[in-house]
Amino acid sequence: MKIEIDVNNSLHEVTIEANTLLVTVLREHLQLTGAHVGCDTSQCGACTVHLDGRAVKSCAILAIQVADSKVVTIEGIGEVGNLHPMQSAFREHHALQCGFCTPGMIMQAIDLVAHEENLDREKIREGLEGNLCRCTGYHNIVSAIESVAYKA
Amino acid sequence: MYSFDYHKPITLDQALELFKGADDPIFLAGGMTLIPTMKQRLAAPTDVIDLSELGELRGISLSDKGMSIGALTTHNEVASNALVQQHLPVLAQLAATIGDNQVRNRGTIGGSLANSDPAADYPAALIGLGGTVVTQSRSIAGDDFFLDLFETALQPCELITRIEFPLPDRAAYAKFRNQASGYAVVGALVADFQGKIRVGITGAGPCACRAIGIENELMQNLSVDVLDHVEVPDVGFNSDIHASAEYRAHLVKVLTKRALKELLSQNN
Repeated sequence: MKIEIDVNNSLHEVTIEANTLLVTVLREHLQLTGAHVGCDTSQCGACTVHLDGRAVKSCAILAIQVADSKVVTIEGIGEVGNLHPMQSAFREHHALQCGFCTPGMIMQAIDLVAHEENLDREKIREGLEGNLCRCTGYHNIVSAIESVAYKA
Repeated sequence: MYSFDYHKPITLDQALELFKGADDPIFLAGGMTLIPTMKQRLAAPTDVIDLSELGELRGISLSDKGMSIGALTTHNEVASNALVQQHLPVLAQLAATIGDNQVRNRGTIGGSLANSDPAADYPAALIGLGGTVVTQSRSIAGDDFFLDLFETALQPCELITRIEFPLPDRAAYAKFRNQASGYAVVGALVADFQGKIRVGITGAGPCACRAIGIENELMQNLSVDVLDHVEVPDVGFNSDIHASAEYRAHLVKVLTKRALKELLSQNN
């Protein structure tokens, strides 16, 4: 079947099956490979994207479910030379090692700063419950998010 | 994931008609359990009926009967709703401990209750607060709702439309969180309705239940110390990789104490 899907503020027509996952459409149909498939069991958060402004795991959502919604991926928040403040903060604080979890961490971090009040380091750590970093580089990730939260 | 036909009805009646006309249909709410289950091929419905367009299943309102919460309300909506925070803060706090933020943005209260996962959080609230599950055709008392592991009083074509919670004078929830999944190894919700105490337990047995023995003790003497002398038998409790039945029985007591301590610190 054909559906129209709004990703990063542009409409795309894709031909999919009902059981096609959102992350599959992003990565394989639209070549937006920033959202990663880490675990495929909705635990690692590497596939996190924004759906109508909130962080969700795109490996646990059918593409057809989001036909009327707005999807934003890591590719849609900034670009080389014009990074999103959260991307800049991750760069400044060296908040990535291998980088595999980074797109999901950044999308979740943006949701966290936008929707949680009075963020401190403990709350940021709680907020990252759904994102795993196998380099265990959490310390600098928390610092990066903290720096954006304090500016916000 | 096996293939299936997908439907997105725009009215409740349409949703029910689609369900009746299909071989092996299933309703899809937030999908935070259903979709991973289908990916693992542990569920293989012929038809998936997406409820997300049904506006009548949404909304939070307050009346003299208590708090009414639409079945499609997400955990984060419950956690951040001003009415819930003001009049039923225990439910907002409980919702904020479910899963992780991404899951709370999608998962729904109706979906969680209908699934009757033995380690889910909301069942403790339905039982502990003495809530009522409202479907398209009837009201089911919370005490009669959970039957067994993943089994409820819902009929095959019965859909939760909203959940009604009476407002306690004070209430608190304590859970022992599985470090990996965030599910409750055991969770206890203690509520005080003008001296009538209710205790809802999740995680311990095959489905959420009341701790009647503990309730009776607390109604005679509402103190943490009284629980030291209560025996919690582990008969019928779950025993798995996460905890033995004996340990879960111990946790029932510890978490009821923690919830009670928090409850007693609240102003009446």
